Formats: sequence, structure tokens, C-alpha cells
Amino acid sequence: MWNRRHGRLRTVGCGMEELRRRRREREAELRKARREQQLVSKRLLRDDTPEEAEGGCVALILGEAEIQQFLWLAQRGTGEKEREGALVSLRRGLQHPETQQTFIRLKGSMRTLVGLLTSNQALLQLEAARCLHELSHSEQSAVAEACLPATSYLLTYLAGHSSDLIELCLYTLGNLIVESESVRRQLLPQGIVPALASCIQSPHLTVLEALGYALSQLLQAKEAPKKIIPSASACSSVLSTPLPQHMLRLLQPGPKLNPGVAVEFAWCLHYIICSQVNNALLITHGAVSTLGLLLLYLAGAVQRSEDAGLELLLCPVLRCLSNLLTEAAGGQVQLRDERVVVSLFIILQFLLQKQPSLLPEGLWLLNNLTANSPGFCTSLLSLDLIEPLLQLLPVSNVVSVLVLTVLCNVAEKGPAYCWRLWPGPLLPSLLDMLAFSDTEVVGQSLELLQLLFLYRPEAVQAFLQQSGLQALKRHEEEAQLQDRVHALQQTALHR
Amino acid sequence: MQLPPALHARLAAGPGAAEPLPVERNPAAGAAPFRFAARLVHFPREHEFFEDGDVQRHLYLQDLFTRVAVEPEKPRVPEFTCQVAGCCQVFDTLEDYEHHYHTLHRNMCSFCKRAFPSGHLLDIHILEWHDSLFQILSERQDMYQCLVEGCTEKFKTSKDRKDHLVRCHLYPADFRFDKPKKSRGPATPIATLQVPADALGDDREQSEGDAMEVCSEHVAPRTEPMAERPTYSHRIPSTICFGQGVSRGFKSTKKRSKHQ
Ligand SMILES: [Zn+2]
Ligand SMILES: [Zn+2]
Ligand SMILES: [Zn+2]
Repeated sequence: MWNRRHGRLRTVGCGMEELRRRRREREAELRKARREQQLVSKRLLRDDTPEEAEGGCVALILGEAEIQQFLWLAQRGTGEKEREGALVSLRRGLQHPETQQTFIRLKGSMRTLVGLLTSNQALLQLEAARCLHELSHSEQSAVAEACLPATSYLLTYLAGHSSDLIELCLYTLGNLIVESESVRRQLLPQGIVPALASCIQSPHLTVLEALGYALSQLLQAKEAPKKIIPSASACSSVLSTPLPQHMLRLLQPGPKLNPGVAVEFAWCLHYIICSQVNNALLITHGAVSTLGLLLLYLAGAVQRSEDAGLELLLCPVLRCLSNLLTEAAGGQVQLRDERVVVSLFIILQFLLQKQPSLLPEGLWLLNNLTANSPGFCTSLLSLDLIEPLLQLLPVSNVVSVLVLTVLCNVAEKGPAYCWRLWPGPLLPSLLDMLAFSDTEVVGQSLELLQLLFLYRPEAVQAFLQQSGLQALKRHEEEAQLQDRVHALQQTALHR
Repeated sequence: MQLPPALHARLAAGPGAAEPLPVERNPAAGAAPFRFAARLVHFPREHEFFEDGDVQRHLYLQDLFTRVAVEPEKPRVPEFTCQVAGCCQVFDTLEDYEHHYHTLHRNMCSFCKRAFPSGHLLDIHILEWHDSLFQILSERQDMYQCLVEGCTEKFKTSKDRKDHLVRCHLYPADFRFDKPKKSRGPATPIATLQVPADALGDDREQSEGDAMEVCSEHVAPRTEPMAERPTYSHRIPSTICFGQGVSRGFKSTKKRSKHQ
């Protein structure tokens, strides 16, 4: 998968400490970009020798004359080796932003490069595609946009048979897609959606992963819910192609599941599903059961602590399932197996240890599983999962609220459920929560207490014995809580 | 977080679910001042709830969500030659050979030996250039299919098609759609997707299938070392084959043994 292929390249030049520092910086930038709705990323595909891979430092800045010379040699050099060599030199130069700028300012250079891209000579063509790819990866909009004359050719080659070239075209297109909406307004009429759809049956995993990347870049676009996903608008939309069925096929668990490919398509599915364009269609294709089985598979892998990169699938899969469950079109009906709940707890345990920032997403799914399902609420009780759930309470306020909400889902189902909640560890944990000051956390604790007292009046006595009234008193003055605090005090005192 | 030991066994066992306990709600539950009601929650893509997950996704995209892993070396093999009759390209990796084969030999027109980037374009080419009924039919109905896969439009002339491609599919105006038929042999309307020809002095013959040279006028003034280079009129060594040139000059059908 992507990081396996490229991990080595990234760590050759610098130590782990340096890598961590860069990651922290980048994370802060990404967070900021996310808040400004500017979150875009590009990928750089370099299949290079290690010397070359060590990064920008090796890339020579080329001047205008040198660029011209390489282009000229690429067209007219004696023999294939020389021509190819000239393009290799040009490509290495293009790894440097300054060379990129010079290149796009040079009149006719892009035209020549596009000419080389359409060459009949396979290796020359591949090398030209690599040059374009370097340019497409640029952070300078002007550089990436200079590649636009090439897009109709890049799209045409997607229907070809050379997996190397297709992969390269896909990563290049994937980079260009996120450049701007105007770029996408050019790519859509050029037929990018059917062209991408034509690749999905490729037997090459590298092509599939690249396809997933390009498609996820397209689906991530702000205008995707209106212009790219809908099935109404004829041949140029994703839902009207066979893409959805194939995406689900590539997410089917089993020995054929490729983590790198699956990660990309799971994100594609997330972008489609959260847009709520036509989730009924996906459900008809079996999206809920496929994702449910995938969740079981992921839990199995996590439990065996396999280091296969499958954990990258967790986030998009949790999101897809959770959002699909909110569909009226029967998302719930396809999911009855209690092993889904079992898997989710194994995954929650994994997230707590490895990626606690994703815990809320897992608990969100648990909420959507339990909200309307007496069956899953019963499983939570019969599989002794209340106590592990309570252990998550201290993680953060967001997590506490979600845990309490799930417990409310169970409690609101009535006396039979609350009989299983008390006696037990629930009440002491709730009393601990009342010591918090976060209004939402305390508020949700009050809701749960009300349900518990209503359906399991015996719990009131225990509450009083454990200084519950004093705990409530702390929040008497809080505007958003006081009504509920008073109501609970009344219940407790007049029982 | 301590999970009950039986849980792992449950995952390994078959599907199933507990018999749900009876649901029995009291209207007082969630009544004011309380407000809880079990709800399914949908989050749209921009919701801040997704921030952490989105950031991780992009760290992965940018290669920073990574652990050290070893990449397998490209397997090197002894040099070998393309086996296709008339082709004599030499390779030292299987990848290069595969790429060459797929680009040049996979979608090749069996009549005129031109290579096309896709099966769709090859089909159109064969129809328009080697199907004797095409000319007759095209006088009566629109026969020129759009080149974009998935578009079902057809046109009376290739010129109309070109206009459509430029207007509706935003193809570049210099996209190489039509190459006039030359007396010397078959040409192709969709000319293996070569961009450049218009850029050249128009009536210059395209030589040896060398698609790129036509851009030359744009590669501005040649610098000294380049100017010194002799410009061969026939500069393609006979050991190298090109898609368009395959039919010319490479009649040899000898097959060299290749090593795997
Ligand atoms: Zn060959
Ligand atoms: Zn032909
Ligand atoms: Zn069309």
C-alpha cells in the first residue's frame, strides 16, 4: 500500500525525530486548513533509485537554456536512450520548484511535453508523464494549472493497457483535481467519471489504489454532492456508473482484500454516503452488510494485532456504517448480527490505545446501533459490555457525553433494561460524573439518572446512601441544569 | 478498557443476536425538564466532528502517517527483445517490456499497424478507415462517434465531431482529431492522439511516426551545443521501433529467444 511503497523513501534522508517534528507541523497546518475548508493534499509518485529519492537536495535547478536543451534532445536526440535520458534529466530538474516556474514560463514547453506524452515510444511517453506528474504535485497553482492542456490525453490513456502509465495518469489527475473548481469544471465534460469507471476492473492493485486516490479527490470536492455524485445527471455522475458496486466489491473482507486499495475506496464511499444523495442505492447494492462484515474482519485483524495497515480503514468504515444507519431506506434492517457490537468494542479498545482521537467516531456508531435497536441494547447487557463502556468515561468530555448517550439509549428501553443496569458499576460512575463541571457531561448524566430512577426506583435509595444529593447540589445554580437538578432532588426526596 | 474474555470467542462464533428484552416505555421518560430521546445522528462532511479523522486521512495522503517499511526491489532480468513480429525493442526489466507491449501492441490496428491508446479509439478507427460500408452509411446518417468514452453523440462529419469535442468536452482546440488522408497510405482520423502536428509547417510530412518533432518550432532558439548537433534526416536507428513506423522498414520477422 501507499505508505509501504513510499515509506522507505521518506525516511532515508532524515531521522525519526525529524520525521516526528515534520509530522507535528504538518498536522497543525492541516487542522487549520480543515477549519478554513481548504483541506487538500496531493501525492507524489516516485519510483526512484534511493540516491534520487533523498529529496529536493539532489534536484538541480535548471535554467531556461538547459530546459530547452533537454526538451530538444528529448525530441531529436540520437537514439532512444539519449532522448529518454534527456527527459529523465528534465524530470529531476522539475522536482525543484524553481525549475517548475522556469518551465511553465518558457513558451511552448508544455506543448512539447504534451507532444512527448503522446509519443508512440513507450518509455519516452512514460517519462513525459512523470514530468507532468512532478508539475501536478506543485503547491503553486500556476504550475499545476499549466498541466491543464494535458488532461484530455491523461484521461484517454486511462482506457489503455499499460498499468504503469495508467497509474501515473491517475495520480497526476488526482493531484490536478484538487487544484480548483475550475479545473474540475474542465475535467467533468472531458469525461473523467466514465474514464475513472473504466479502470475499476483493472487486475492491477497499483492501478486500483491510484484510482481510489483520484476518485476520492474528486468526491471530496465541495460541489460533489450537487455535481459529481448524483445519479440523475446522466453519464457524468458517479452513481450512474458501475463504480458503487465495484467499490463495495473491493471492500469485501477476505484474503483478497488489499488494505491500500480498500482504504482509498472506503474514503470514496464516505464522501458519497455523507452527502446523502442516494444512499438507498448503495443499500440496495448491499453496502450495509458489506461494511458490517468488514467491521468484523477489521476487529479480527486488530485483535490479532496484525500490522497490515488495516487500521487505516477504521475511520472511513465507522463513518460509512454510522451514516448509513440513519437512512430510512432500511440501513438498520440489514444489520442484526450482534457480532457487530462485539467488533465495535474490540475496535474501541484498540482506538483507546492507539488513536484515542477517533474514539468519538466509534461511539457515534455505537449510538446509531443502539438508538432504535432493542436487540443491540440487549447484547450490550448480555455480553457484559456496560462496564468496559464506563471505563471510557474519563477519556474526554466528548467521549463522556457519547458514552452517557449510549447508556441512555439502553435505559430508555424500559424496566427490563434498567433492571440489568442496577445494581452494578453504573451508579458509582454516574456519581463521579456529577463531580465534573462540563455542562453537557453533567446534563447527560442527569438524563440517565432520571431514566434509571423512573424504571428502577430501587436505585434511588442507593443514590441517597452514596451522597447523591450533595453531588447534585453542586449544580443547583447552573442555569442550564437547575431545572433537572431540582426535579431529581424531588424524585429522590419524595420516593 | 477491560473487555470480558468471552467477547473474543463471541466474535469467532457464528452470527446471531440475543432475544431482545421487552421494551416498555413510560411517558414520563424524557418529559420536561428532561429532554433525552434516543436519536440516530447523521454528520455531514464538513462537520467538525470529522476533523480529527480528516486530518489523519490527509497525513496519510501526504506520507506522514507512516512507519518504516521496506520496499521490494524491481526484479532485474537479463536483456531480452520484444517478441512481436517486426518489433525489436530490447528491455532489461519486465515492467518496461509490459509497458512497451501494452502501449504499442495491445490496441494495434491489424490493417494499418497503427497503435491506439484505447480499445474504444481503435474500434472507431477501424470503423472509419477500414470499413467499406462506413463511407456509404455516413452519407445517410450520422456515423462519426464522439471520442469520449461514455458519450453517445454521433456526427455527420469529423469536423462536426471536433467542434463537439472542443465545445462540449473542453478538448484543446489543437487536439489532433483529423489527419488528412495521404496518398502514401492509410492515415487515421484520430491519429493516435498526437497533439502537435498543426504546429508544424502544415504540409510537412510526419516522419517515421515520430510524433513529437512537430513541436519543434516552439522549442525556442537553439543554444550552442544543440545547434552543433547534426540533424539527421533519418535519425531513427533501425533497432528501434515506433508504433506508426512498424509497418515500414521493419519487415524482419525473426524472433530472438528471450530470457525470462
Ligand atoms: Zn514491441
Ligand atoms: Zn488501421
Ligand atoms: Zn461527446
